[in-house]
Amino acid sequence: MQAAAFFILAFMAVLSGLVVISHRSAVISALALAFNLISIAGFFFLLDAQFLAFVQVIVYAGAIMVLILFVLMLLNVDEERRIERSGPVQKTLGPIMAAAFAAIVGWNVWNASGDATFPEATAGFGTVRALGLELFDRFYYPFEAISLLLVVAMVGAVLLAKRRL
Amino acid sequence: MVDPQYFLVVSTVLFALGVTGVLLRRGAISMLMSIELMLNAANLAFITFARQFDQVEGQIYVFFIITLAAAEAAVGLAIVIALFRLRSSTDVDTVNLLKW
Repeated sequence: MQAAAFFILAFMAVLSGLVVISHRSAVISALALAFNLISIAGFFFLLDAQFLAFVQVIVYAGAIMVLILFVLMLLNVDEERRIERSGPVQKTLGPIMAAAFAAIVGWNVWNASGDATFPEATAGFGTVRALGLELFDRFYYPFEAISLLLVVAMVGAVLLAKRRL
Repeated sequence: MVDPQYFLVVSTVLFALGVTGVLLRRGAISMLMSIELMLNAANLAFITFARQFDQVEGQIYVFFIITLAAAEAAVGLAIVIALFRLRSSTDVDTVNLLKW
Protein backbone atom coordinates (compact mmCIF):
# COMPACT_ATOMS: atom_id res chain seq x y z
CA MET A 1 0.00 0.00 0.00
CA GLN A 2 2.65 2.48 1.07
CA ALA A 3 4.99 1.27 -1.64
CA ALA A 4 2.31 1.84 -4.28
CA ALA A 5 1.65 5.33 -2.89
CA PHE A 6 5.36 6.04 -2.97
CA PHE A 7 5.80 5.06 -6.61
CA ILE A 8 2.72 7.00 -7.73
CA LEU A 9 3.94 10.08 -5.84
CA ALA A 10 7.47 9.69 -7.21
CA PHE A 11 6.12 9.45 -10.76
CA MET A 12 3.92 12.51 -10.23
CA ALA A 13 6.74 14.52 -8.65
CA VAL A 14 9.31 13.77 -11.36
CA LEU A 15 6.84 14.26 -14.21
CA SER A 16 5.59 17.60 -12.88
CA GLY A 17 9.20 18.61 -12.21
CA LEU A 18 9.99 17.93 -15.86
CA VAL A 19 7.02 20.06 -16.93
CA VAL A 20 8.18 22.89 -14.64
CA ILE A 21 11.57 23.13 -16.32
CA SER A 22 10.53 22.36 -19.88
CA HIS A 23 7.21 24.05 -20.63
CA ARG A 24 7.41 27.31 -22.52
CA SER A 25 4.44 28.89 -20.81
CA ALA A 26 5.33 30.17 -17.34
CA VAL A 27 1.76 29.72 -16.11
CA ILE A 28 1.77 26.01 -16.99
CA SER A 29 5.15 25.77 -15.29
CA ALA A 30 3.73 27.39 -12.16
CA LEU A 31 0.74 25.02 -12.11
CA ALA A 32 3.06 22.04 -12.56
CA LEU A 33 5.13 23.36 -9.67
CA ALA A 34 2.00 23.45 -7.51
CA PHE A 35 1.37 19.82 -8.49
CA ASN A 36 4.97 18.98 -7.61
CA LEU A 37 4.67 20.65 -4.20
CA ILE A 38 1.51 18.73 -3.42
CA SER A 39 3.12 15.41 -4.32
CA ILE A 40 6.02 16.31 -2.03
CA ALA A 41 3.45 16.97 0.70
CA GLY A 42 2.31 13.39 0.01
CA PHE A 43 5.86 12.19 0.63
CA PHE A 44 5.81 14.09 3.92
CA PHE A 45 2.69 12.14 4.90
CA LEU A 46 4.41 8.87 4.08
CA LEU A 47 7.35 9.92 6.24
CA ASP A 48 5.23 10.71 9.31
CA ALA A 49 5.55 14.49 8.98
CA GLN A 50 1.85 15.28 9.06
CA PHE A 51 2.21 18.82 10.37
CA LEU A 52 4.79 19.74 7.73
CA ALA A 53 2.67 18.16 5.01
CA PHE A 54 -0.10 20.59 5.87
CA VAL A 55 2.33 23.49 6.18
CA GLN A 56 3.70 22.54 2.77
CA VAL A 57 0.26 22.63 1.19
CA ILE A 58 -0.81 25.86 2.93
CA VAL A 59 2.40 27.88 2.65
CA TYR A 60 3.99 26.48 -0.49
CA ALA A 61 1.14 25.31 -2.69
CA GLY A 62 -1.07 28.04 -1.29
CA ALA A 63 0.75 31.26 -0.50
CA ILE A 64 3.92 31.05 -2.58
CA MET A 65 2.20 29.70 -5.68
CA VAL A 66 -0.45 32.42 -5.47
CA LEU A 67 2.33 34.99 -5.20
CA ILE A 68 4.10 33.59 -8.28
CA LEU A 69 0.89 33.38 -10.31
CA PHE A 70 -0.06 36.89 -9.21
CA VAL A 71 3.26 38.28 -10.44
CA LEU A 72 2.88 36.35 -13.71
CA MET A 73 -0.51 37.99 -14.10
CA LEU A 74 0.86 41.45 -13.25
CA LEU A 75 3.65 41.16 -15.80
CA ASN A 76 2.98 40.17 -19.34
CA VAL A 77 2.77 36.39 -19.39
CA ASP A 78 3.63 36.24 -23.06
CA GLU A 79 6.85 38.00 -22.17
CA GLU A 80 8.15 34.90 -20.42
CA ARG A 81 7.00 32.78 -23.31
CA ARG A 82 8.80 34.94 -25.84
CA ILE A 83 12.17 34.66 -24.14
CA GLU A 84 14.31 32.16 -25.94
CA ARG A 85 16.18 29.49 -24.11
CA SER A 86 19.85 29.81 -23.22
CA GLY A 87 22.68 29.57 -25.75
CA PRO A 88 23.64 26.30 -27.43
CA VAL A 89 26.54 25.54 -25.08
CA GLN A 90 24.38 25.98 -22.00
CA LYS A 91 21.53 24.11 -23.64
CA THR A 92 23.59 20.98 -24.25
CA LEU A 93 26.02 21.08 -21.35
CA GLY A 94 23.42 22.04 -18.72
CA PRO A 95 21.27 18.91 -18.87
CA ILE A 96 24.35 16.70 -19.29
CA MET A 97 25.99 18.12 -16.18
CA ALA A 98 22.73 17.90 -14.21
CA ALA A 99 22.21 14.30 -15.33
CA ALA A 100 25.80 13.47 -14.37
CA PHE A 101 25.20 15.10 -10.98
CA ALA A 102 22.03 13.08 -10.47
CA ALA A 103 23.76 9.87 -11.52
CA ILE A 104 26.80 10.36 -9.28
CA VAL A 105 24.93 11.56 -6.20
CA GLY A 106 22.10 9.08 -6.71
CA TRP A 107 24.49 6.17 -7.12
CA ASN A 108 26.45 7.09 -4.02
CA VAL A 109 23.32 7.69 -1.94
CA TRP A 110 21.99 4.34 -3.06
CA ASN A 111 25.19 2.54 -2.10
CA ALA A 112 25.90 4.46 1.09
CA SER A 113 22.43 3.79 2.47
CA GLY A 114 23.07 0.07 2.09
CA ASP A 115 20.20 -1.92 3.53
CA ALA A 116 18.94 0.90 5.75
CA THR A 117 15.29 0.67 6.67
CA PHE A 118 12.93 2.96 8.53
CA PRO A 119 12.71 2.09 12.22
CA GLU A 120 9.40 2.06 14.01
CA ALA A 121 8.52 5.71 14.62
CA THR A 122 8.06 6.86 18.20
CA ALA A 123 4.48 7.69 19.10
CA GLY A 124 3.44 11.18 18.11
CA PHE A 125 6.42 11.69 15.78
CA GLY A 126 5.88 14.67 13.47
CA THR A 127 2.76 15.95 15.17
CA VAL A 128 2.25 19.61 16.06
CA ARG A 129 2.92 18.74 19.69
CA ALA A 130 6.27 17.06 19.01
CA LEU A 131 7.44 19.90 16.76
CA GLY A 132 6.12 22.66 19.01
CA LEU A 133 7.80 21.29 22.12
CA GLU A 134 11.14 21.19 20.35
CA LEU A 135 10.63 24.49 18.53
CA PHE A 136 9.90 26.53 21.64
CA ASP A 137 12.58 24.84 23.70
CA ARG A 138 15.84 24.19 21.92
CA PHE A 139 15.06 26.14 18.77
CA TYR A 140 13.62 29.19 20.48
CA TYR A 141 16.21 31.72 19.28
CA PRO A 142 16.28 30.46 15.66
CA PHE A 143 12.48 30.69 15.72
CA GLU A 144 12.63 34.33 16.83
CA ALA A 145 15.35 35.03 14.27
CA ILE A 146 13.26 33.59 11.44
CA SER A 147 10.32 35.77 12.45
CA LEU A 148 12.64 38.77 12.21
CA LEU A 149 13.68 37.54 8.76
CA LEU A 150 10.04 37.45 7.69
CA VAL A 151 9.57 41.07 8.77
CA VAL A 152 12.72 42.11 6.90
CA ALA A 153 11.56 40.23 3.78
CA MET A 154 8.14 41.87 4.00
CA VAL A 155 9.56 45.38 4.30
CA GLY A 156 12.16 44.62 1.62
CA ALA A 157 9.54 43.34 -0.83
CA VAL A 158 7.45 46.49 -0.41
CA LEU A 159 10.53 48.69 -0.70
CA LEU A 160 11.71 46.94 -3.88
CA ALA A 161 8.42 46.73 -5.69
CA LYS A 162 6.98 50.13 -4.83
CA ARG A 163 7.39 52.64 -7.60
CA ARG A 164 7.81 55.73 -5.45
CA LEU A 165 8.17 55.73 -1.70
CA MET B 1 7.49 0.47 3.87
CA VAL B 2 9.81 1.71 1.16
CA ASP B 3 13.47 2.02 2.14
CA PRO B 4 15.03 5.44 2.78
CA GLN B 5 17.27 5.34 -0.27
CA TYR B 6 14.26 5.47 -2.63
CA PHE B 7 13.21 8.77 -1.08
CA LEU B 8 16.76 10.09 -1.30
CA VAL B 9 17.04 9.13 -4.97
CA VAL B 10 13.77 10.94 -5.73
CA SER B 11 15.13 13.94 -3.85
CA THR B 12 18.35 13.81 -5.92
CA VAL B 13 16.43 13.60 -9.18
CA LEU B 14 14.23 16.57 -8.22
CA PHE B 15 17.30 18.59 -7.25
CA ALA B 16 18.94 17.79 -10.60
CA LEU B 17 15.75 18.88 -12.38
CA GLY B 18 15.91 22.17 -10.49
CA VAL B 19 19.55 22.67 -11.50
CA THR B 20 18.66 21.98 -15.12
CA GLY B 21 15.84 24.50 -14.90
CA VAL B 22 18.12 27.23 -13.56
CA LEU B 23 20.66 26.50 -16.30
CA LEU B 24 18.16 26.32 -19.16
CA ARG B 25 15.55 28.96 -18.45
CA ARG B 26 16.24 32.63 -18.89
CA GLY B 27 13.00 34.06 -17.55
CA ALA B 28 13.56 35.28 -13.99
CA ILE B 29 10.29 33.79 -12.71
CA SER B 30 11.01 30.40 -14.27
CA MET B 31 14.40 30.42 -12.58
CA LEU B 32 12.77 31.24 -9.25
CA MET B 33 10.42 28.30 -9.71
CA SER B 34 13.38 26.01 -10.41
CA ILE B 35 14.98 27.23 -7.18
CA GLU B 36 11.78 26.30 -5.33
CA LEU B 37 12.11 22.84 -6.88
CA MET B 38 15.63 22.51 -5.45
CA LEU B 39 14.56 23.73 -2.01
CA ASN B 40 11.84 21.11 -1.99
CA ALA B 41 14.26 18.37 -2.93
CA ALA B 42 16.39 19.38 0.07
CA ASN B 43 13.28 19.38 2.27
CA LEU B 44 12.44 15.86 1.18
CA ALA B 45 15.94 14.68 2.08
CA PHE B 46 15.69 16.37 5.49
CA ILE B 47 12.35 14.73 6.22
CA THR B 48 13.67 11.34 5.11
CA PHE B 49 16.64 11.58 7.45
CA ALA B 50 14.43 12.86 10.27
CA ARG B 51 12.26 9.75 9.90
CA GLN B 52 15.20 7.38 9.45
CA PHE B 53 17.03 8.55 12.57
CA ASP B 54 13.83 9.31 14.48
CA GLN B 55 14.98 12.88 15.18
CA VAL B 56 12.48 15.71 15.11
CA GLU B 57 15.25 18.27 14.40
CA GLY B 58 15.18 17.44 10.70
CA GLN B 59 11.53 18.43 10.54
CA ILE B 60 12.26 21.69 12.36
CA TYR B 61 14.90 22.56 9.78
CA VAL B 62 12.32 21.93 7.07
CA PHE B 63 9.95 24.25 8.94
CA PHE B 64 12.63 26.95 8.81
CA ILE B 65 13.40 26.26 5.15
CA ILE B 66 9.72 26.68 4.21
CA THR B 67 9.69 30.03 6.04
CA LEU B 68 12.88 31.01 4.26
CA ALA B 69 11.39 30.00 0.90
CA ALA B 70 8.40 32.24 1.54
CA ALA B 71 10.70 35.18 2.32
CA GLU B 72 12.86 34.37 -0.70
CA ALA B 73 9.85 34.21 -3.02
CA ALA B 74 8.53 37.55 -1.75
CA VAL B 75 11.83 39.38 -2.19
CA GLY B 76 12.68 37.58 -5.43
CA LEU B 77 9.35 38.44 -7.04
CA ALA B 78 9.67 42.04 -5.84
CA ILE B 79 13.03 42.19 -7.61
CA VAL B 80 11.43 40.70 -10.74
CA ILE B 81 8.77 43.40 -10.69
CA ALA B 82 11.38 46.14 -10.24
CA LEU B 83 13.39 44.58 -13.07
CA PHE B 84 10.39 44.41 -15.35
CA ARG B 85 9.65 48.06 -14.67
CA LEU B 86 13.21 48.96 -15.63
CA ARG B 87 13.70 46.76 -18.71
CA SER B 88 10.13 45.72 -19.57
CA SER B 89 11.43 42.17 -19.73
CA THR B 90 12.22 39.42 -17.23
CA ASP B 91 15.04 38.05 -19.33
CA VAL B 92 17.99 37.74 -16.96
CA ASP B 93 20.46 38.11 -19.84
CA THR B 94 19.40 41.74 -20.32
CA VAL B 95 20.63 42.49 -16.81
CA ASN B 96 24.34 42.71 -17.48
CA LEU B 97 25.30 46.11 -16.12
CA LEU B 98 27.57 44.61 -13.48
CA LYS B 99 28.83 41.86 -15.76
CA TRP B 100 32.58 41.74 -16.04
